[in-house]
Amino acid sequence: MRVAQWIDACSAAEIEVEDVLRFDHDGRTYAIYRSPDDRFYATEGLCTHEQVHLADGLVMDHIIECPKHNGRFDYTTGQAKGAPVCIGLRTYPIRIDEGRVLIDVGIE
Amino acid sequence: MAAPIRDYSLTGPEAARAAERGLTHAVWYRSPLARVRIKELMQRNDYPALLHLVIWLALLVVSGTGAYLTLGTWWCVPFSFVYGILYGSCSDSRWHEFGHGTALRTRWINDAAFQLAAFMVFREPTVWRWSHARHHTDTLIVGRDPEVLAKRPPSFWPLVLNFFALQSTATAIPRLVSHALARLHEEEQQFVPDMEQARVFRTARIWLLIYALVAAYSIRIHSMLPWMFIGLPTLYGSWLQFYFGITQHTGLAEDTLDHRLNSRTIYMNPIFRFVYLNMNYHTEHHMYPMVPYYKLPELHRELRHDLPPAYRSTLAAYREIIPALLRQRKDPSYFVRRTLPAVESVPTVVGTAARQAGAVV
Repeated sequence: MRVAQWIDACSAAEIEVEDVLRFDHDGRTYAIYRSPDDRFYATEGLCTHEQVHLADGLVMDHIIECPKHNGRFDYTTGQAKGAPVCIGLRTYPIRIDEGRVLIDVGIE
Repeated sequence: MAAPIRDYSLTGPEAARAAERGLTHAVWYRSPLARVRIKELMQRNDYPALLHLVIWLALLVVSGTGAYLTLGTWWCVPFSFVYGILYGSCSDSRWHEFGHGTALRTRWINDAAFQLAAFMVFREPTVWRWSHARHHTDTLIVGRDPEVLAKRPPSFWPLVLNFFALQSTATAIPRLVSHALARLHEEEQQFVPDMEQARVFRTARIWLLIYALVAAYSIRIHSMLPWMFIGLPTLYGSWLQFYFGITQHTGLAEDTLDHRLNSRTIYMNPIFRFVYLNMNYHTEHHMYPMVPYYKLPELHRELRHDLPPAYRSTLAAYREIIPALLRQRKDPSYFVRRTLPAVESVPTVVGTAARQAGAVV
């Protein structure tokens, strides 16, 4: 059973539209995205290929590209979109509350 | 006492040793650059890459047609010379750029150009995409990097033969056949994931089919001519890409986590930069590999204060490389020590500052 644990990650204004921000919590790293249509998403923060921080990558539409090897993921679903990444990203529930970005880092 | 000769294979003891020393999947030094600026530089634009792609393909058609129409005359020599460079050398840099996926914003053109260039340079696209990813992860880390051109102590025959892609092709042909038979080399298994293997085998079969068709046509017309336009230009036209490629890392430090110490940035003229697609800015490319090739001069201007001085020309680089190779023949521990700028450089992990634990709500 999954236990929800909502964490205040940052201000929504800190993330530009079509960009990504790194957030570290409890020894784990997350990537928080703001899409071109002004929605927020969260995934694990490291590329599944070589453990590079995705927050240094490039957001294009709904794709995050790893800054090291061009590994591409759909950050809305976590799905890997082709070589050199094969394994998808874990995604996390996210919500905006009074201008703050909250992510649910709850554990199974 | 002579320095021990190191094992560059990916399956030998050096691979484990590199991991023990913390040299694999490591955090590399990156010259600091504001997130807003690196975001600008990473943006892609179809226009410059598409223009360069069209010019390249048009020149291929013009020079190839010229070579064909002037067969039997001396005019055929310069046309073939140009065609060879466009086929055997320009394809190397295009394979590289389109393989990174950074050149074009439109993905399918990027991928199609990657497949075409990989065929021309005779590098199987999936294998080399993964090989190159490893090269970027563990650049010049002994036992990890599959793309070290001059291993220490350098052996000159492979370098001479590869000026015309002879040794690399001699290795690639049996590998291609092996892939078509659904077998992957032991070293390739180190960096090609299982789920990509089917793609490797399928591409190998398609390539063999293409070469079989060229061979059949050649036999039918009793002429080697088709091979002069498909296949052989990989050999007779590769010398320029090899001349450029050897300058990237040769003679520099191994087992370092700073690309400023193991990569060269060299100033080149516009024709060379067209052939090489700005890979003369090699240190910058390794530091920020997602910056498209047409933005590398801009990136160089941003970073140069934090980099060793760029070489004035390829000849200037070779004035360093050739003596270094000769010396490494006798002393494999020797390498060129690049001088870093006096500015204190603090290794950075990421460009964006990490937000730390927020409150539980």
